[in-house]
Amino acid sequence: MKRLLVPAAIVVALAFLPQLSLDIPYVFQDGVNTPGTLELLALCLLFGGLALSYDLLFGFTGLLSFGHALYFAVGVYVAAIAMTRWHWDFWVSAAFTALVGFLLAIVLGAVSLRVAGIAFAMVTLAFAQAGSILALKNPYKWTGGEEGFGVDYHQLPAWTVGILNTKHLYWIALAYAAFVFVVVRWAVNSSPGHVWQAIRENELRVQVLGLKPYTYKLMSYVLASVLATAGGIVYLLLLGGANIDVTTASFTLTLLLMVVIGGTGSRWGAMIGGILYTFANHRLGDLSSSHAVSSLPSVIRTPLQQPLFILGVLFILVVFFVPGGLTRIGQVGVRLDRILRRPAVQEERA
Amino acid sequence: MSTFLLLTITGLGLGAMYFLIASGLSLIYGLMGVLNFAHGVFITVTAYTLWFVESKIGDVPVLPRFLIAALAGLVVGTVFAALTELVLIRPLYGRHIEQVLVTVGLALAVTALVTAIWGSDARVVTAPAWVGQTTTIFGAHIPNDRWLEIATAVIVLFALEAFLRRTRYGLIVRAGVENRAMVTALGIDVRKAFTLVFAIGGLAAGIAAVLYTLYSTTVDPQQGTSLVIFAFIVVVIGGLGSIRGTAWAAVMVGLVQQYANYYASSGLGDLSVVLLLGIVLIARPRGLSGSFA
Repeated sequence: MKRLLVPAAIVVALAFLPQLSLDIPYVFQDGVNTPGTLELLALCLLFGGLALSYDLLFGFTGLLSFGHALYFAVGVYVAAIAMTRWHWDFWVSAAFTALVGFLLAIVLGAVSLRVAGIAFAMVTLAFAQAGSILALKNPYKWTGGEEGFGVDYHQLPAWTVGILNTKHLYWIALAYAAFVFVVVRWAVNSSPGHVWQAIRENELRVQVLGLKPYTYKLMSYVLASVLATAGGIVYLLLLGGANIDVTTASFTLTLLLMVVIGGTGSRWGAMIGGILYTFANHRLGDLSSSHAVSSLPSVIRTPLQQPLFILGVLFILVVFFVPGGLTRIGQVGVRLDRILRRPAVQEERA
Repeated sequence: MSTFLLLTITGLGLGAMYFLIASGLSLIYGLMGVLNFAHGVFITVTAYTLWFVESKIGDVPVLPRFLIAALAGLVVGTVFAALTELVLIRPLYGRHIEQVLVTVGLALAVTALVTAIWGSDARVVTAPAWVGQTTTIFGAHIPNDRWLEIATAVIVLFALEAFLRRTRYGLIVRAGVENRAMVTALGIDVRKAFTLVFAIGGLAAGIAAVLYTLYSTTVDPQQGTSLVIFAFIVVVIGGLGSIRGTAWAAVMVGLVQQYANYYASSGLGDLSVVLLLGIVLIARPRGLSGSFA
């Protein structure tokens, strides 16, 4: 219990943020309690939680999935369709969406876990791509195709609608992040959780010990997917609509960037990675249109207009020089030393 | 009948492009264990170089202008692929996940950079007029670019096979796919083969980029990524590391996509390809050729 004290204190502190009329220049454009800033913070927290759900697969179980976006998109699209096209109540839609995410994860997980390693990555990518194509093709005019569609706000709980209620959305996102944190913490420390980490380290050894890695990997896959679906519902509340971007392969890749930049296989790493990435992605966009940047020569200015360029380069640098992610940056010195002293020929252990 | 013929030839043309992209991916994976997410970037680099060079040289007839631009695109794409291996992949040997991550980062960064410089809208490329015309066979009007795609892919397939079976470097590559540690133990520097395979993969992807540019007459920052996703599917269906398996899978995927898009409904073709992948994985988890372990 004692070790939960720090996270709990952070959550309480963050929960009071909307009540403060704080102004942090350069970091935020407006005061902390303005709707714009709260919305950005809510997105950061949401993606922090989502990145952690992805890290459950990648960092803790060693499954490199390129299809995590699919389950997030299920959360966004199924809930939005249920409310807007079928006029269901929000809570009914949310429960239905979670069920869809759960069942889909079991079916697709069971198929894709038949292959391992890189083939698994490609298969999950293919399934996610199928979802993306489906959303793009706009069957029965449900998904709105390329433009997506806005959710029928009559079905949403009244206290989440409108700009004045942004702080409620912020609290929802905070609750989601805290929920994912607690679930992942509990799951990783449970006995299947230990098996997951053993699979990550050495799958063959787990098999030799008489355990079936397949079942455990499926458990991890389903749990991570359901958490992502829940994240999709939160995203729908925050943005008030579904858009095609959340279905794409690039979306999963950005999750991968978040987790690796922050640090894989550590709860704080993935979460901080998600928060930092989302924050940088939004603020770098603002920055590129600011006066300070527009006076730079075009060679420097042009790349700065695309946050993804900067984040992609940062990601490569992290992979090369800070393999544990930014939260383990203390070990960089050791790492650089090792790179510089490395012998020229180094083959893998075959 | 004429519709069926048109669909078949178009499907084969599509399959030809998938093969060109997937063969490089498959060789790289087979030899090095690296899933190269930056393969789409090789396409983008070639296509944008082609567009850029073509738009810069003015007073030349269309055909030589396009050929010069295509050649420049292929050279730049191949060099870019070789450099990717030398600069980004080589320092991370033996760590497959990190290598994949680096190619992911490269794919995102280069796509973002191209978007930043030339915008996200498609740019028009002038293709030689012959390509846009049709040839009539058994009553079917078939666009000429389809023949070009199929012929090129067949030539590349034979060239690759000849390279792998008849040359010393091909022997090293094949041996490396079988057992890399043993090749190294025999005193052969496998790393040269790595760079070579990347260059070949970049060249093949570049050829696909040129053909795709002929077909669509535009270049845009996203087209590489969308083509590569289907190439991934082809690689998995064909069995990683096998050129012939890749060729069969490419033909299958191209045909299924075309038939389903026409006879069922538009968009269903892409979905049925994914379905095909699911079926192949359940029936034969190692792909059609079964060489993937």
